[in-house]
Amino acid sequence: MFRSLLFIPGNNPSMLQNADVFLADAIIFDLEDAISINEKNNARNLVKNYLLTSSVLPKQIILRVNSINTEWFKKDIELLKTNKINYLLIPKTDKSSLLNIEEYLSAFEKENKLVETKIIALVETARGVNDLPLFAENKRLIALLLGAEDLASDLQIKRTETGEEIFYARSKIIYAAVDHNLIAIDTPYTNINNLEGLLKDATYAANLGMKAKACIHPNQLEVVNKVFSPSEQEIKWAKEVIKISLEKPGSGAFQFQGKMIDKPILDRAEKILVKAKHFNLM
Amino acid sequence: MINGVGRFIPNGMQPFVSSDNFLTKERRLISKKTKQSKTVFLDNIEEVFDVLGIDSNMTISFHHHLRNGDKVIKMVSEEIEKRDIKNLHFAPSSIFPSYTKLVDLIKKGNVNEIHTNYLNGEVAKVISQGYLKGKLVMNTHGGRARAIESGDLSIDVAFIACPVVDKFGNGHGATGKSACGTLGYSISDLEYAKKVVLVTDTVVEKLENYQLDSKFVDYVLIVDSIGDRMGIVSGTTEITKDPIGLKIAKDCANLLNYLGLIRNDFSMQTGAGKTSLAVVKYVEEIMKKNHIIGSFASGGITKAYVGMLEAGLFKQLYDVQCFDLEAVSSFAKNKNHIAMTASEYGNPFEKEPICDKLDFVILGATEIDLDFNVNVTTDSMGNLIGGSGGHADIAYGSNVTIIISPLIKSRIPIIKEKVMTVTTPGSDVDILITERGIAINPKRTDLHEKLANSQFPIFEIAELLEISHKITGVPKKIETNEQIIGYVEYRDGTYLDCIRKVKNGY
Repeated sequence: MFRSLLFIPGNNPSMLQNADVFLADAIIFDLEDAISINEKNNARNLVKNYLLTSSVLPKQIILRVNSINTEWFKKDIELLKTNKINYLLIPKTDKSSLLNIEEYLSAFEKENKLVETKIIALVETARGVNDLPLFAENKRLIALLLGAEDLASDLQIKRTETGEEIFYARSKIIYAAVDHNLIAIDTPYTNINNLEGLLKDATYAANLGMKAKACIHPNQLEVVNKVFSPSEQEIKWAKEVIKISLEKPGSGAFQFQGKMIDKPILDRAEKILVKAKHFNLM
Repeated sequence: MINGVGRFIPNGMQPFVSSDNFLTKERRLISKKTKQSKTVFLDNIEEVFDVLGIDSNMTISFHHHLRNGDKVIKMVSEEIEKRDIKNLHFAPSSIFPSYTKLVDLIKKGNVNEIHTNYLNGEVAKVISQGYLKGKLVMNTHGGRARAIESGDLSIDVAFIACPVVDKFGNGHGATGKSACGTLGYSISDLEYAKKVVLVTDTVVEKLENYQLDSKFVDYVLIVDSIGDRMGIVSGTTEITKDPIGLKIAKDCANLLNYLGLIRNDFSMQTGAGKTSLAVVKYVEEIMKKNHIIGSFASGGITKAYVGMLEAGLFKQLYDVQCFDLEAVSSFAKNKNHIAMTASEYGNPFEKEPICDKLDFVILGATEIDLDFNVNVTTDSMGNLIGGSGGHADIAYGSNVTIIISPLIKSRIPIIKEKVMTVTTPGSDVDILITERGIAINPKRTDLHEKLANSQFPIFEIAELLEISHKITGVPKKIETNEQIIGYVEYRDGTYLDCIRKVKNGY
């Protein structure tokens, strides 16, 4: 379960050293887009040494590897041997690339006696969006992350503050995620100095059905965590609904605060409490 | 002998006992100076030296309100060098990197003793290396005022840079082409030095309001420029963008709020560092959200506090020195932006110093140890890099003293088993806030109780030390040269610690 995932460039030692300090639910160590070609090996070595030597690692670690079509992919995957990486973030995921990666990973895991690595699909091409119904059921997947900047580039359109141009992609990801019990993760908001804009963007995404948001700066985490956490009022409501339902076992639907409470509402209340407990909000 | 913070102090010197030991002592006051004749205006420094007979073994003082833009100490230093006057005692309230001429005077033996509250740059470096033939005494802003008024620090000539002087010899810092705001650090020098020279680049007919009373002024030296006022902005004026700094600042503001310290009529002081400014911003947000109006903020004043005064969030600012030009401008026009002298600010023997009225203060540290002793005087290698300024004054006076710092700076843990140099006794330090956890001084059982059921990450300070060692490894013990080059003097005049020459010094 995530609310916030923070990208940290793999070649930034001070950010690596403090990765566990930030409020992110997961850290994405980036070996791909944030790293120039000349820095690829340095970044990988730095992340590897950090994972092997640091005594204070983040709660959940995600590694964004380079595309399977690059010379760096196989070296990046070697970092799974540290046994410190929880998930891989696969760039430009589509049906074909995911199959190739799965094939490579299965052989790699078998050879190195590693457990099955779970994957977050970074959906950032038109093909990736179109292929969602074809690969979302992959057993390695745990989440779908929208990469709107690359998608906009693929579509040859400009990104806007209001995000109309990614409404379709957001919706596709959300529906595929819900359908296959995956976490829908929203694209980062790139203006790191505009926290009000971030709040609007994240709230909009959350209202559509996104369950988390990627961040590109630690200062974005507080806002994102707040948006994707149940509010105090929601937690209070959920507690009361569950309490009344337990007091009236087998009674089916009942009224609470003038509204009908039935199974879907009870399910929602339970999910709120599960999330609140998970993120230590109660 | 070993003093009250466990440090060796040579025999014959008054050892520090405890931070409130001054309460057992009487205030000592020498007579304020009196002068029989009118203030004399001169226009060249040679003449000033001649009429005052400035010679070897004298003590000469300066203030640092023009900070890195000051030209007066340079002007006086050049004249001393020209005349090759030896064995002088300098007592500037602080020493900044631009005071490079002082380096030559130290190396040539023109200046052999220094009393100051803060120093960095080349002067600090050469003193650390052992070039000063006599001793360096690092005291506090309030302690300097105490030392002057008691005669412990006897000043022969005070050169006071003064942005505007009237024809009667009264002076002010608020206007003039080199306006630098309040002149709080110079008042003790003005009142108790044997001779006082105001150095100015602006003379007006008559000042209706003035900080420096001509009844204490012997001479006014008119020069082309006393300094570059842009140089007073030598600290930081912008809020940190460093995520770690912002996290610490946010945690600090949330802790203050949780403890109920941000309430109507509260008072506060912070430094002017980037993280401190972030704390001010977050405190401001809490004040606005909860419709809080504070009583006062004090200290070196920055534009952040000026904005809060103008927004009605504080009723008054008490300002001993302006840290930026917005503060200078505010001081000139806002009657609630009030000047305070160094003595009113932090002299332990003042009846009600401002520092004693503070609800909380946010301070930095170069090092802090398991007894909560703080070092802001030297780095971990023993190099002089700062000094107390008002650190020990407000740490004693305020109800809650909070140190904010990253747990690790430049790969060096800030928590030590023993700090290299004690600047502020741990008995006056209540809370340490780092990005990885918060430590409360065990003696503050009230704070421990209040925070017991909070979600703040509270640790023993030794646990935070252990966390930092897990990240960096255990640092090697630093070897210092045993030669004592100076002392840290507590605000009551007792000695807190010795400062030693660095290992590979002169």
